[in-house]
Amino acid sequence: MPSSNQPPPLPDGIVVVVKEECATCHSVSSVLRQLDGATTLTVYTQDDPTFPESPTPVHDADLAVSWHHRIETVPTVIRIVDGIEVERTVGWHRDEWQRVTGVDGLGPDLPLMRPGCGSMSVDPDLVDELNVRFGASVLASRRIDVADAEDEMEMMFTRGWTDGLPVVPPTEARVMRMLTGTTRAPSDVVATVPPDLVEVTVEKVAVAAVMAGCLPEYLPWVLTALEAACTHEFNIHGLLATTMPVGPVIVCSGPGTRAIGMNSGGNALGQGNRANSTIGRAVQLVVRNVGGGRPGGVDRATHGSPGKIGFCFAENDVDSPYGTLAVEHGIEPGVDAVTLFAGEGTRCVVDQLSREPDSLARSLAASLQTMHHPKLVLGFDAILVMGPEHARVFAEAGWDRKRILAGISEHLNRPGSELVRGADGMAEGLPEAFADAPSLPKFRPGGLMLTYAGNGTGLFSEIIGGWANGDVGSKPVTRAVTY
Amino acid sequence: MTGSRTILDPTSERTVAERVRLERPASLAGLTVGLLDISKPRGDVFLDRLEERLVGVGANVKRYKKPTFTKPAPVDLRHEIAVECQVVIEALAD
Repeated sequence: MPSSNQPPPLPDGIVVVVKEECATCHSVSSVLRQLDGATTLTVYTQDDPTFPESPTPVHDADLAVSWHHRIETVPTVIRIVDGIEVERTVGWHRDEWQRVTGVDGLGPDLPLMRPGCGSMSVDPDLVDELNVRFGASVLASRRIDVADAEDEMEMMFTRGWTDGLPVVPPTEARVMRMLTGTTRAPSDVVATVPPDLVEVTVEKVAVAAVMAGCLPEYLPWVLTALEAACTHEFNIHGLLATTMPVGPVIVCSGPGTRAIGMNSGGNALGQGNRANSTIGRAVQLVVRNVGGGRPGGVDRATHGSPGKIGFCFAENDVDSPYGTLAVEHGIEPGVDAVTLFAGEGTRCVVDQLSREPDSLARSLAASLQTMHHPKLVLGFDAILVMGPEHARVFAEAGWDRKRILAGISEHLNRPGSELVRGADGMAEGLPEAFADAPSLPKFRPGGLMLTYAGNGTGLFSEIIGGWANGDVGSKPVTRAVTY
Repeated sequence: MTGSRTILDPTSERTVAERVRLERPASLAGLTVGLLDISKPRGDVFLDRLEERLVGVGANVKRYKKPTFTKPAPVDLRHEIAVECQVVIEALAD
């Protein structure tokens, strides 16, 4: 097939594009015979080279004519003068056909009009390949040919491009389709990705999104998450390099989470939802393949965590009795946003008996106190993902977000003497200088964050423990999604 | 160049697209060299001579044999060679 992106010229006279599969095209076959006698007629057929029987059609086998001349409907009638299109009409409408062709008395036995059918050149199963074949490519990435005897899935493993799970081969057609998910140009620089400090373009992010298994509508979320991750505040370089088992946790908020089918309900933090599973993975694949951050290289995690494949979920902003994490971080309600948090896996808090808010706040506080180490305070943030059944206990008592956080934090203060090194027979702890502090909170101001997800069965909440916080490590970053 | 067998490089493109070969050893002395007999007649004559030459330069030689020249080497055999040898001479003669 020709790979030229030069449009094939159309012959002067009347051009009609048809396909055998279209009932309207069959209806107008008698009209084509009328026109054949009265004008200089060229008929292009998209599918069956023997349709119509007469006049003899030209087979647009590779759809080059249809694609280049933007045929969206068959039949399409075009009048060409001196190689230039001057008029066209689509479907069957007697008056329009007579006007375009200049021939009267067409199709006397036909109804006045019949709608046409979709052109094969815009068939969703074909259009991406055709765009690649005929379109002037806007993609700059190096092309790599997979050898005939090579399995492309295995080839991507052996080149070190995967996170250990298979990836979708990023063909040009798939990447072009992915790029339809954003209005941004493929060449736009999204961020500078550590550790190699490489400027990553929208195109390379789209490549990673294809590999991760994203749909095009996820791409704006991936792009925004990556921008947030590569800020000085979030510090993904440090997060990558640390020995702690942490990675970028992405909390998505807003009506767009529902539009792309994200899960904020049952198993929101688990498997089974495509958007939840692939958005975070795409971000991590960019860090791996573009930034060059890999386990054993700059990534020196002692254990790592399953979340480092990609950890992304939606908060349930519709049912939340206490608003969203995004709004807590300054985003207007109803605006799509991502919050990036340097976090580890999840830790479940079981309290199936508390029906009073203070009792539940104490349970949550007791569990939060142990995060990373009961005696290490102020150095790590956390996200508390409360399930509906726990949240209901607070909601029924009239506690809002502020009250809940204050109620939990009230029980997260311990005297310095209990936290210093050696206290309780444990060497780990705060420096001796804190011994005289009457009360030290577990979390710095704003360090305990609250979100809402999960289904309505189970008196549980989940703690996502953080990494070194603030200027020495990472600050949570919330950004409105850029479409 | 636009078929589904062509993919876009997902990396920063700071290295060549081709898989990089391991560096060639400066000397074969002390290394284990695998010689694979593909089971064609008189291949052993050629490999016997090759083994003499290799041993002469201080290499250890291990000999392997494919069950039949008509099929690729079985995966176990390939694995065995990869584990036991540092160097393989890949060649085909008729």
